[in-house]
Amino acid sequence: MPKLPACLLAALLAAGCVTINIYFPAAAAEKAADKIIDEVWQLKQNNPKPVPGESK
Amino acid sequence: MKRILMAFLAALALSAWAQGNLEIDTPAVATLKSSMQGRFGQLEPLFSAGAIGLTRDGRVELRDANQVPLAQRAATTSLLAAENRDRSALYQEIARANGHPEWERDIARTFGGRWIDKARSGWWVQDPAGNWTKK
Repeated sequence: MPKLPACLLAALLAAGCVTINIYFPAAAAEKAADKIIDEVWQLKQNNPKPVPGESK
Repeated sequence: MKRILMAFLAALALSAWAQGNLEIDTPAVATLKSSMQGRFGQLEPLFSAGAIGLTRDGRVELRDANQVPLAQRAATTSLLAAENRDRSALYQEIARANGHPEWERDIARTFGGRWIDKARSGWWVQDPAGNWTKK
């Protein structure tokens, strides 16, 4: 197998995934909203203090 | 062949991750969150009194000014303005951080639904038709 087609295939696949993502990701948005609202309203009592820049 | 398969799997995993999460860990989001968190202590009694309510589009609105003592009405108005400024900025920032500024409205509506869902019973919220109802 030559190397080029593998890279090309990967690039095409990645491009395809990016294209799919132009539609609004409603489920992801709800998850993000829940996380932020829980912190603003402090609904999760056992939440550690939110650290800015924490990555999850 | 193995290389192609690996690339394919990597691309797939990346796309699944990208669709499963929105970027919300930006300095601007953190600032807005703590600003709103600090303001919530003042908003909470207004929610409980029924003076203010949650709208479908993720904002906070004065619902019944009579529930606010006259002397506090001006302060309440500016409190709501500040809260809605933060909320708009939050929705805008999330849309921007994810590379889709045009998502702002969708994000605002999504948040609207979630704020309402998490609102305590006794608080006023807008139903899908935009009418105020008590939870």
